[in-house]
Amino acid sequence: MTIYATRRDVLRTTGSLAIALSFAGPAALFEACAAAEGPGLPGDLKSNPRLSGWLSVGSDGTVTLRVGKVELGQGILTAMQQICADELDVDMARIVLVSGDTALVPDEGGTTGSFSMANGGTAVRTAAAEARQILLGLAGEKLGADVAGLAVDDGTVRAPDGRQTTYWDVVTGHDFEVDATGRAPLKPLDKRRYIGKSVPRIDIPDKVTGTQIFIQDLRPDGMLHGRVLRQPAYGATLAALDAGDVGKRPGIVKIVRDGSFIGIIAEREEQAIDAIEALRQAARWTLPSDGPSSQTIYDWLVAQKSQDKIIKDSSNPAAAAAAATVEAVYKRPYQMHASIGPSTALATLGDDGTMIVQTHSQTVFETAAAIADMLGLDKAKVRCQHVQGSGCYGHNGADDAAADAALLARAAPGKPVRIQWSRNDEHQWEPYGSAMLIKTRAALDAKGDIVDWQLELWSTSHGTRPGSAAGNLLPAGVLEKPFALPVPVDGGPPNYAAGRNAIALYDFPGQRVTVHFIPTFAARASATRGLGAYANVFAIESFIDELARRAGADPVEYRLRTLKDPRARDVLNKVAESFGWSTWQKAPDRGRGIGFARYKNLAAYTAIALEVEVDRQSGKIKVLRAVAANDSGDMVNPDGVANQIEGGIVQSLSWSLKEAVRFDPTGVKSDDWSAYPILTFSEVPPVDVHLINRPGTPFLGTGEAAQGPTAAALANAVFDATGVRFRELPLTPARVKAGLLS
Amino acid sequence: MAQLEVNGTSYEIAAVDAPLLFVLRNDLKLNGPKFGCGLGQCGACTVLVDGEPVRSCITATSAVIGQKITTLEGLGTLQAPHKLQQAMIDEQAMQCGYCINGMIMRAKALLDRTPHPTEAEVRAGLDGNLCRCGAHNRIVRAVLRAAREA
Repeated sequence: MTIYATRRDVLRTTGSLAIALSFAGPAALFEACAAAEGPGLPGDLKSNPRLSGWLSVGSDGTVTLRVGKVELGQGILTAMQQICADELDVDMARIVLVSGDTALVPDEGGTTGSFSMANGGTAVRTAAAEARQILLGLAGEKLGADVAGLAVDDGTVRAPDGRQTTYWDVVTGHDFEVDATGRAPLKPLDKRRYIGKSVPRIDIPDKVTGTQIFIQDLRPDGMLHGRVLRQPAYGATLAALDAGDVGKRPGIVKIVRDGSFIGIIAEREEQAIDAIEALRQAARWTLPSDGPSSQTIYDWLVAQKSQDKIIKDSSNPAAAAAAATVEAVYKRPYQMHASIGPSTALATLGDDGTMIVQTHSQTVFETAAAIADMLGLDKAKVRCQHVQGSGCYGHNGADDAAADAALLARAAPGKPVRIQWSRNDEHQWEPYGSAMLIKTRAALDAKGDIVDWQLELWSTSHGTRPGSAAGNLLPAGVLEKPFALPVPVDGGPPNYAAGRNAIALYDFPGQRVTVHFIPTFAARASATRGLGAYANVFAIESFIDELARRAGADPVEYRLRTLKDPRARDVLNKVAESFGWSTWQKAPDRGRGIGFARYKNLAAYTAIALEVEVDRQSGKIKVLRAVAANDSGDMVNPDGVANQIEGGIVQSLSWSLKEAVRFDPTGVKSDDWSAYPILTFSEVPPVDVHLINRPGTPFLGTGEAAQGPTAAALANAVFDATGVRFRELPLTPARVKAGLLS
Repeated sequence: MAQLEVNGTSYEIAAVDAPLLFVLRNDLKLNGPKFGCGLGQCGACTVLVDGEPVRSCITATSAVIGQKITTLEGLGTLQAPHKLQQAMIDEQAMQCGYCINGMIMRAKALLDRTPHPTEAEVRAGLDGNLCRCGAHNRIVRAVLRAAREA
């Protein structure tokens, strides 16, 4: 409790004092929170039950909301404000939001897995509702009125007799020093003012006017510019480096060298770039002699020693007597996050030995701990502050850039050092979405209905985030005293990682799913929007389409035969209706396809229908239109949900039509936008999103829901157009042309 | 030293050999133009030079001395946004918004030349600008809205 007394005083102060004091030990603070964990609290309140960690109400009429979740362009901060404003009964404009500062906010873990609404949003909702009850209690005391009869409008509390007070009048500053109980009533659906409304995003005006909002826009006084020389290939080590006169060039503050880690600190950005290019010319590297390449990746995958797990085993013994058995193999290459802004970070080593890092990491708490591990500092001595960056769609170079910045800042104490990755750095060194190979097998009865279903997948890791140890930070692995790359662990139930969505949601009479997890790497890989779900749903929804065709059935009707979940049926029916499935007329070289999944089999339901036209001469696919139906539960901001689905469809089409990382032992060849093209304006189809909102049900999250269904809908539409089944992504013109000729 | 005219103001610039983007961002502390690739491939750094869209990451500052440079900040402000900026807000035309500077500047040049473009003309006009969040259709709608509200 003394810890909280300190914290409360800290939070009541403002500005630099608060920041200085709160260094004392945020980690210890939140461990204390975790120790007080209450059973049955919803979302991230479970690990952070103390209300004062989330909310303060000031006597000046402001409400400060602190969240561990961060803005990635998904609109999460706007949604959090909507929830807080509704449950606390205040105007949104009163809310000051603090997000992703490890010294100031509850540790909600990473902003990953489409969990932010389900875990973070639910916690904010419950915390704000509970804070409201506390404030109503204080107001009732002051007014001498029964709480049950009080009404609130924007923090002004009225008794039935007309007397009134405000939150700002009754608040003492100590009121939220209690743990949540989870028992406060939530706002009735018909009284909601913000939840369920498409409130405009709070960050967009700044972004369209060049107002400082991105991490790239930070320019603290005395800031120096850093660049790091990355290796030419995975596993390369520095053999020799004669830096010549580079260190003496105008503006060069320092060359930082630690093992194979080489960095430049300069006064001006162009000086840092010129110097790092000179060092690139001078450096001699030892390259690994052999290794897998993008050409051999699928053979490599199935040849590796794997950890094998059966994650679903309800095989149907009657399958032995099946009328037919069908098999297929699907492939997905390594694909990029490919953020438009390469990773950036700033770090400053303070006089008191604390390292402050500004980062666009999705995992500020764990990355702060990992950087502390790398630097040999106490965990409490590294503070990460999230500042918005370019969209990431998963684990990109953000955390590695933060580590780069910390290493350079350590060499220039007292000076803010800004690291900026180049386009080549980001393309070549971000951890990609893992290549996967998936085999499916179905036993069918005489009508073509599925009596038994099997799926086996081969994949490397989808999760090499820093965690709280240095080994997964790119620069940590090449230092003089290198940190070993941790052996990756595959994510288990209920969310899974490689096996995400590998279990079909369909109610087949028998189903067996096996994950072959490969704990080594062909290319650097980690969480990329949807993890294994993208390829698994591509395989499942392609295969079921193949089986529907084989049975002479309509693909929508065939799915509905074995899909009992009513909400799943609703999105399928909705997309079919919106697309005009039953009245659609086939034309030469045109086709339609559908794909469905419930993300992670426990989150949002999404069905996608596409119409395509295939040019048989060139093999080029033109996607003519996309229609989606989505059920993300209780939708806090419907336009935000629609934006995520639209964006997910476009990004998945880009992956599925164009993208594959090319690499070999000499390096990654997909090193810029010409070597790794993405979908452009002229190639983006119109997208029509239909939302099924379910107010009063749990928040399900949306961000990753469209990736898998889109890929399958594409391959299914191309089959419908051409009669040829494509099972290897991406469906490039060359691959389609070759497929049509064979 | 040379005089560089940006958004109607003249600035004394020493680093004339530096890329225009770095002078705008680091010396003039403008946030609009963004570093995306440094290769002229993505368009995030787009500014107008005498009204023409230019990729400031591959343009030497010395090459634009004596010309009028306009950045995102030169179009409008939070209080008085340009019609394209307002249209982007009205259409909620982004997710992360990192590319949006380039989209707005490129669209400004397009609308100056073609005040009432077709949708296909807008798409073709923006084809050299990359967006990874998939906000393309919203951006196109915003440009068409700005053209309508001209």
